[in-house]
Amino acid sequence: MSDVEERVKKIVVEHLSVDEEKVTKTASFIDDLGADSLDTVELVMAFEEEFGIEIPDDAAETIQTVGDAVTFISGAQS
Amino acid sequence: MFDLSGKAALVTGASGGIGGAVATALHNAGATVGLSGTRTGPLEELAATLGERAHVLPCNLSDADAVDALPKQAAEAMGAVDILVNNAGITRDNLFMRMSDEDWQTVLDVNLTASMRLMRGVMRGMMKARWGRIISVTSVVGVTGNPGQANYAASKAGMIGMTKSVAQEVASRGVTANCVAPGFIATAMTDKLNDKQKEGILGAIPAGRMGDADEIAAAVMFLASKEASYITGQTLHVNGGMAMI
Repeated sequence: MSDVEERVKKIVVEHLSVDEEKVTKTASFIDDLGADSLDTVELVMAFEEEFGIEIPDDAAETIQTVGDAVTFISGAQS
Repeated sequence: MFDLSGKAALVTGASGGIGGAVATALHNAGATVGLSGTRTGPLEELAATLGERAHVLPCNLSDADAVDALPKQAAEAMGAVDILVNNAGITRDNLFMRMSDEDWQTVLDVNLTASMRLMRGVMRGMMKARWGRIISVTSVVGVTGNPGQANYAASKAGMIGMTKSVAQEVASRGVTANCVAPGFIATAMTDKLNDKQKEGILGAIPAGRMGDADEIAAAVMFLASKEASYITGQTLHVNGGMAMI
């Protein structure tokens, strides 16, 4: 598991209070992990802080799964 | 009575009668206050009177960029913004048939749009802190209407609808959003009325007198308190009984 993936999963587990094994790369925040729309905004805020990046609103809307987040953050960092 | 020690409050329109009273009440309850307004002189005077825990943050609310920057400046000065009081407001009264686009837009921009920008700007910090208070000073005319004030009444009714929507979005995060709706309050704005106008107004107020700015400040302080944590999306009318809604 990449470093980014590990840190993303940690944030998701903490924020949504879900079991670690449920937080797979294909897991959808809303459909699989029980997040509401406000949770997804807060997750994006948490990612921005953890990785020191800015995630614009239009990009934030495309981040639906754990894998989406990992892909976006890896791209933004490189 | 209510303890706001350790909380930081941003108050707009703090150079005016109601805003000054609100800032003073929150400060007396222990809060650190950010005093915003267009006129620096009165803000500096108020800050000097309050002493410690008072910061002057001038801002022209018709300048969108300046409004967007204000929450950040306030957080830098005070460490956070736990309480936002949208108090600043202007009037450009005219009969509706004679109302210019400019008078409509200016009032909407300052009273409603600036409040929206400030609410949006402080939201992130409040969500993270899982605690926040947004209090918007609206007006009885936002609910009852008033001839000559279509623009002002629309802006104040808009604040109420916006507050109810925001309250629903963030209630689960410990953030409340409420309005305080003053009736006729003795301030520089109402000093301009002539005796006949005043007589007419007083006849419509069961309490038989105009309200005092401190009586608005008390309502704001209550809604800002820990004790008011289960009150959200509400409009608290402070009007001596002139409208019972």
